[in-house]
Amino acid sequence: MEKVILGNHAVSYGALVSRVQTIAAYPITPQTLIVERLSEMVADGDLDAIFTKVESEHSALASTIGSSSVGARAFTATSSQGLALMHEMIHWAAGARLPIVLANVNRAMAPGWNIWTDQNDSLSCRDTGWMQVYCQNNQEVLDSIIMGYKVSEQVLLPTMVSLDAFVLSHTAENVDIPDIKLVDKYLPPYKLKIKMDVDDPHSFGALSSPENYMEFRYKMQEAMYKAEDIIIKEGKEFERIFGRKYGMVEEYRTEGAEIILVVSATIASTARASIDSLRAKGIKIGLLRIRVFRPFPVKDVARVLLNKKKAIVIDRNISYGKSGIFFDEIKGAFYNIEGEKPKIFGYIAGLGGRDVTPEAIFDMVNDAMRKDKPEKDIIWSGVKL
Amino acid sequence: MVGGETMSKLTIPQEEIMSSGHLGCQGCGGTLAMRYMLKVFGRKTMLAVPACCWSVIDGPWPYSTVSVPLFHTAFETAAIAASGIKSGLDALGGKEDINVIAWAGDGGTFDIGIQAISGAAERNDNILYVVYDNEAYMNTGIQRSSATPWGSWTTTTPVNSPKNRPKKDLVEILAAHRVPYAATASIAYPEDLVKKFEKAKNTEGFKLIHVFAPCPTGWKMPPDLTVKVARLAVQTRIFPVYEVENGVTYKLNFNPKKFVPVDEYLKLQGRFRHLKEDGYKFIQKNVEYEWELLKKKVETFK
Repeated sequence: MEKVILGNHAVSYGALVSRVQTIAAYPITPQTLIVERLSEMVADGDLDAIFTKVESEHSALASTIGSSSVGARAFTATSSQGLALMHEMIHWAAGARLPIVLANVNRAMAPGWNIWTDQNDSLSCRDTGWMQVYCQNNQEVLDSIIMGYKVSEQVLLPTMVSLDAFVLSHTAENVDIPDIKLVDKYLPPYKLKIKMDVDDPHSFGALSSPENYMEFRYKMQEAMYKAEDIIIKEGKEFERIFGRKYGMVEEYRTEGAEIILVVSATIASTARASIDSLRAKGIKIGLLRIRVFRPFPVKDVARVLLNKKKAIVIDRNISYGKSGIFFDEIKGAFYNIEGEKPKIFGYIAGLGGRDVTPEAIFDMVNDAMRKDKPEKDIIWSGVKL
Repeated sequence: MVGGETMSKLTIPQEEIMSSGHLGCQGCGGTLAMRYMLKVFGRKTMLAVPACCWSVIDGPWPYSTVSVPLFHTAFETAAIAASGIKSGLDALGGKEDINVIAWAGDGGTFDIGIQAISGAAERNDNILYVVYDNEAYMNTGIQRSSATPWGSWTTTTPVNSPKNRPKKDLVEILAAHRVPYAATASIAYPEDLVKKFEKAKNTEGFKLIHVFAPCPTGWKMPPDLTVKVARLAVQTRIFPVYEVENGVTYKLNFNPKKFVPVDEYLKLQGRFRHLKEDGYKFIQKNVEYEWELLKKKVETFK
């Protein structure tokens, strides 16, 4: 069914058609519409789930972890400060190997208070063992919730689906809400093999000595490694059933390109239009959108960027004292790979929801084209000093 | 009535669901509490245990001393982890008869966990919360908590600056949430303790039982004094055992004609060794004041 819906409601519908069984959430701008709509769905009987309205985000995820540990398909949603408050349980969910899906509306961290988009909230969860997906439109938001459960329930690691504050969360777009019976074909009921069970009692998360702790962590990395293949496989299966294609990355006009613009989330839409203009002027430029950030698409990045002259990475985030985070990851991904490497330019743009306009993108491209190589790891785009 | 003439002759269930071989210290009151609780609740029980002595007592991976599923969770999350487990079971269906119990120490309850407890209590989540109270952060090495009593030594309240605030009144906080059932109990009165667990088992909604559980290691006393000291805490009225239904109906479970003076309790424990006569008097006065207050609540809502 086609409907014009907000990104937040795309999340709610994604949870609905995934038949989530428990929801626990706490309100935070700009996530509130997700949980308001889910409350209505549960109250109206459209969604057969138990919704626990908790007193904090920390409890939201702790509750989700509890219900997932007995075998229920569990969901939560948050943003920014809320995700930061959850951080302890973010580690717990992954360490307990629970296939939870969490929608995070990417919002800048305070102070100063800012409700607009950037990625420092979710990227601060980089090293927790969660898979991370960055969406470029509302359709992808909905689809990524469904695929999130499909992948998570196979590899036993949780998935964080991120959507940009306001640019997606409060923007209406045409979205195909798939028939729930079709989703049932793709996403079978959740059957957790190892779970809390009174007929087979075990302790979970018990004290692990230096003699065995590392092996648990090794297995998490093994699962993350396996996840890349499963994300690709399930992306293809999703395309077969629903006709929409998703992978680790998305390419646009990379054929014959000498320069590749590398972006994530909604900047990709602006970048795509900008590439068309630049191509019309004869500039050989293409686009690489990083869709899945964890596991990191090393192979795709190498495949697309090797033997190109330049790569321009736009980061709507920053690791203070280093550089943009995608820039850093991309640069690091190449180090041990053979082949002609591009000069990589890293731009910080759009923090705290500042628009990344086509003009801003043209400026970055012009700047990179003027220079033989980057002089430093951080180039600020449009900062007023 | 417990310890009085009308003491009921309840039979404590014989089956042992907690095995020997746990990692508790000698004389640990918290292990006794678990043993009695499991006898009442049986094998159809799931536990959520935050950071506390019991995260160690149960044993390291892959061992467990309780024959029920036990979910270790973060320090401040016992109540909500239990509530999450309960909602998961309810969502799956056919598992409504499983008892879900949050099992936490005083630090995880009175301090860091109180927000999640308040949330679960206000929502009236259908779980039991048990705090085994040994009156300090014993697992980390005897640091003061808000359950530590006035005058006590701990490693963060040294003898020249002992705790100078009274113990937080947890059951009153729960009563203010108007939960169906909140009670204090003691490992020294197992019949009363078992009766309260049974009552909790048969009550829908949020229940909390505050169990007094001495810690010889932290209280600096010989391990064979655990039960005696716990009994004295009740007999001196330092730890009155009582129940509150729906936040207003109070019932005293121990109310004899004569009480034991507080110094008989205090002098057995190294943590109070620095106290002098004026300290005993101050504690005695406060105990009597709190007792009168409690009696008034019992009378008011009769």
